[in-house]
Amino acid sequence: MSIIEDTKQLVQGAVMAGMSKAIALAPDRWIPGGTPDPLISHRHGHIGRPTTRIDGPLKVAGAAPFAAEFPMEGMVYAALANSTIAKGRIVELDTRTAEEAPGVIAVMTHRNAPRLSPPPAFMSSPKAAGGDSLPVMQDASIHWNGEPVAVVIAQTQEQANHARSLVRVTYEAEPAITSLGAAKARGSRTAMFMGQPLHDEVGDADAALAASAVNVDASYSTPRHNHNAIELHGVTVAWQDGVLRIHDASQLVAHEAWTLAQMFGIDEDKVVVTSPFVGGGFGGKCLWQHQVLAAAASRMVGRPVRLVLSREDVYRLVGGRSNTEQRVALGADPDGRIKAIIHEGVTPKTAFNAMPEPFILPTRSAYASETIKLDVQAVELDMLSNTFMRAPGESVGTFALESALDELAHKLDMDPIELRIRNEPEKDPTNGLPFSSRHIVEAWRAGAERFGWSARKPASGTVRDGEWLVGMGCATATYPYYRMPGGAARITLTREGHATVDIAAHEMGMGTATTHTMVAAERLGLPLEAVTFNYGDSTLPGVVLAGGSQQTASIGASVIAAHRALVKELLKLAGNDSPLAGLKPDEVGGTDCGLCKLDDPALYESYASILGRAQRVSVCVEASPSAPMEIMHWSMHSHGAMFCEVRVHAVTGEVRVSRFLGSFDCGRILNPKTAGSQFRGGIIMGLGLALMEETRFDERSGRIVNPSLSEYHVPVHMDVPEIDVIWTDIPDPHAPMGARGIGEIGITGTAAAVANAVFNATGKRVRDLPITLDKLM
Amino acid sequence: MTISVNGVEAMLPSDPRVSLLDLLREQLGLSGTKKGCDQGACGACTVLVDGERILSCLALAVQYDGRSVTTIEGLGTAECPHPLQSAFIAHDGFQCGYCTPGQICSAMGMIEEVRRGTPSHVTSDITAEVIPFSRDEVRERMSGNLCRCGAHNGIVDAIATLLPEAAE
Repeated sequence: MSIIEDTKQLVQGAVMAGMSKAIALAPDRWIPGGTPDPLISHRHGHIGRPTTRIDGPLKVAGAAPFAAEFPMEGMVYAALANSTIAKGRIVELDTRTAEEAPGVIAVMTHRNAPRLSPPPAFMSSPKAAGGDSLPVMQDASIHWNGEPVAVVIAQTQEQANHARSLVRVTYEAEPAITSLGAAKARGSRTAMFMGQPLHDEVGDADAALAASAVNVDASYSTPRHNHNAIELHGVTVAWQDGVLRIHDASQLVAHEAWTLAQMFGIDEDKVVVTSPFVGGGFGGKCLWQHQVLAAAASRMVGRPVRLVLSREDVYRLVGGRSNTEQRVALGADPDGRIKAIIHEGVTPKTAFNAMPEPFILPTRSAYASETIKLDVQAVELDMLSNTFMRAPGESVGTFALESALDELAHKLDMDPIELRIRNEPEKDPTNGLPFSSRHIVEAWRAGAERFGWSARKPASGTVRDGEWLVGMGCATATYPYYRMPGGAARITLTREGHATVDIAAHEMGMGTATTHTMVAAERLGLPLEAVTFNYGDSTLPGVVLAGGSQQTASIGASVIAAHRALVKELLKLAGNDSPLAGLKPDEVGGTDCGLCKLDDPALYESYASILGRAQRVSVCVEASPSAPMEIMHWSMHSHGAMFCEVRVHAVTGEVRVSRFLGSFDCGRILNPKTAGSQFRGGIIMGLGLALMEETRFDERSGRIVNPSLSEYHVPVHMDVPEIDVIWTDIPDPHAPMGARGIGEIGITGTAAAVANAVFNATGKRVRDLPITLDKLM
Repeated sequence: MTISVNGVEAMLPSDPRVSLLDLLREQLGLSGTKKGCDQGACGACTVLVDGERILSCLALAVQYDGRSVTTIEGLGTAECPHPLQSAFIAHDGFQCGYCTPGQICSAMGMIEEVRRGTPSHVTSDITAEVIPFSRDEVRERMSGNLCRCGAHNGIVDAIATLLPEAAE
C-alpha cells in the first residue's frame, strides 16, 4: 500500500483504538454474546452429536459439481501465457501465429482487453476481494514473474493450450527487487495489519531480558508456502442478458461479486457468483486474475468461457504465504516465570497488497510476562502478492515462539508443559482484556495423560530403537475467535414445518452445510430433514468470508438475528389466542416443530398451528447481527496442546512422525465428526509445514521454480500416522453456540511440536523450516 | 475407434492430444473424475482400465481404443453407492470431496494389486505369494493419491472396512 493508504489505515486504526477502549469498558450486557446463546444449554439435541456429512453421497459419487464442471451452451476454453520477467514492459507481443492456429477464436492482451478498473484489494474496504490492487491486463507493464500477458480463447482446451505456446513476447526488463536481502537493504516499515500496526510494547522488554537470570535468544525462519488445494482454480463464466454469471471456487462469493462489479463498472446485482462446492481453499480460493480474465474474455468473444489454471498457473497467479525471519528472545527467573518476551522479525509483501504475514499474533495473548515487545517489519518485493494461508501469522509464528519455549524449558531443566502452565496469564497480557473462556491447562493435562507424556525422557538423544532415535515434543496451538462484520441471514418457515436458511456462506469441506443444518434445526426445534441450508451464492444475504476461522461465528450470529426476527413475527401472528400470547421474543425458543416458553415448555404452539390460524403459507425474515464488538470486549482465543512423537533415522536423518495428539480447547464442538476432520486436517498441513513444504523462489529472477505437486511436497498417506484429537468441549459463553472456530488451529503449534520432538530425539535444534534430512545429518 | 466407459460405448476423439481425463470430463460429461495437476502428481484423475488403476491425465484417449474404463460414476451413485463409497462417508474419508473419486478408484485397483500378490515398498517378504494386508500397506500403496484436506486417517479406515485382514 502507498503512504496515503498507510495513513488512512493509521487513522482508521486510531478511531478503532478509541472505540475499542469504550467497548472494553462497556457492561457485558451491551455486547453481543453478553447474554449467552440459549443453544449453549441444549445438551441433548443435534448439536454435539457426531453427524455424517449431508453432501457425502454426492461427493463420493463424483456428483458434486465443482466450478469447472458446469456445462454451458457454446462454451469455449481459455489458456494463459505468463510473463517471464519480474518487472518491466512488454515491447513486442506477437499473437498472429496464435490467432491463426486451428480453433482459436481470439487472443486477448492488454491491447484489446475490455477496459477495467483495478480491483479494490482485500481489507481495503468491507467487500473488497482483490488479492492485490493491480490493473488486470490493462497496459504493457509487468509487475511479477508469471503475470498473465495473454489469454488464448479456442474451441477446445487442446487448441487453446497449443496456441498459447505460439504467443511471442519480448520484454524490456527493469531492475527488480526479488531478494529479501536487497529489499531489507532498502529499508523496512512496521507492518500494518487490519488497520493496526503489528507492533506492541508492554514495559521495557530489552531491559528485562538483559536482567533475566535465564534467557534464550534465537532466530527462526520459515519459507514460502502454497495452499495447493487439490482442485485447480477454475471458472466457468458467461454474460447472460447483461449479468455476469460466474461458477467459481470461492471463499468469498459476495466480496467477489462486488469487486468484479467495481472492476467492470456494473451494478453489484449484475454479477452472480455461485460456488456450491470448493475443492479445498485454505485461503487460496479468493479473487485473483483468472476470474477477471475469464470474465473479460467471455465478454470479448461473446461466448461462455471456461478457464482452468494449470498447476503451474496456480503458483504464478494465486499468492501463497510469505517467508519470515523471526527472532524470539525469552527471559525468565530461575523458577521459570517469564519476565521478558521479544518476538520480532521481517517478512516480504508487495506494494500492492495489505497482507504482511502477521507472525507475532500468537504471542500477543500467549504468556504472562511483565514485559513484551512484538514487531513485524515489512519489506516490499517485486513478486506475486502474497496472501493469507491457513492460520496466517499463527502457523509460522507459533513455530518460532513455541520452539523458543522449548529451548527455555531445556535451559531451565524444566518440563515444557509445566513451564507453559506456570506462565498462564490471568488476563490478556497485551491488551488487558479478560479472557472469554480459556481452558488451556485442562487441555494440557488431558493431553499429557492420553499421550503418555510422563514416559518422555527429558535428556535428548537417549531413546533409541534400532537405527531410529525416538523423541517426544509438545507445543501450544492457538488461534483467535473472529467474527467479521457483514453477516446476514434469511429464514423461510413454511406451515408444513420446513425451514430454509439462506446465507452467502461457503462449503470447502469444513462441514458447513451439515453443521449449520444441525444448528438451525436445533434453534428452530426441527428435525434435520426439515431444514435446508442454502449457501455458496452471492445473491443470498450476507457478506461472509470463509476465512479467519470465523465463518461459523458469522453464520451463527446471523442466524441468531434472523431467528429472533422470526420468533418476533411468529408471536405477532400467533396473537392473543395462542398459549404464547403476551410473551416476548427472548422468553421463547424453538422446540418440537413449534415455539415454547423457555422456562415453561408447557406453554407451546406448533408452527403449523400458528401459521394455519394466521392463514399464512409461510413466513420469511431476514436480519443482520450487531457489529462484532465481543472481540473488543473480551480476549477470545482457542488453544490446543499438541503432542508429537518422532523417529529420526540415525544415519539418514529421515524424520517419521509416529504419533500425534491434539488436545483442543475451542469452545463447544458442534459436530464432533466433521470437527475431528478439521483438526486432523490442520495438523496434517502442519506436518507438511514442519517437514517438507517449501515454495522455492529464485531470488535472482523472482520466479517460483517448483510450481508442481511433484516438486512441492505435501504429506502423503505414508507420512500421516493416526492423528488423535480430543477436546475440552467447554462452551465459550460469549460466542454464538458457545463455539469458537476450528479450521485453522490445527496447523498452529504443530511444526514446533515436531521440531521439539526432533530435538528431544536427536539433540539437534532446527530453527529453519522445513526440517529436511540434510539439516539432521 | 471406440472406448467403453462404464459399459457405454463412446467415440474416441479425433484430436490425438485429448487425454483420457479430458475426454471423460469435457466430452462425455463425466466430471466425477477430477483434474488436480494434469501431470501425474496428485492421483485425483485415477480411473480403472480393465480393472487396473491408471492416471487418466497421463493417458491419451486414442491409446485406449477397445478398452473398458470404469470411473467413479460406474462404481456407484449417490442413491446406490458401492460399499467403499459408503465407507468413505461413514469414516469421513474426505472433506472437500475433490480428491475423493480418485482415492476410491485407486483403492479399488490397489486392493486387486495386493490380492494378486504384487509387493510394495513396505512389504517385508517380497517373495511371498500372499501379502498380508496392513494399514501401512494401504498407506504406502495409496500415497500417490494426495489429499490436502488431511482426510488420510478416514480414507485408510474406510478402505480397511473392505479388508477385514487390515483391521488391527
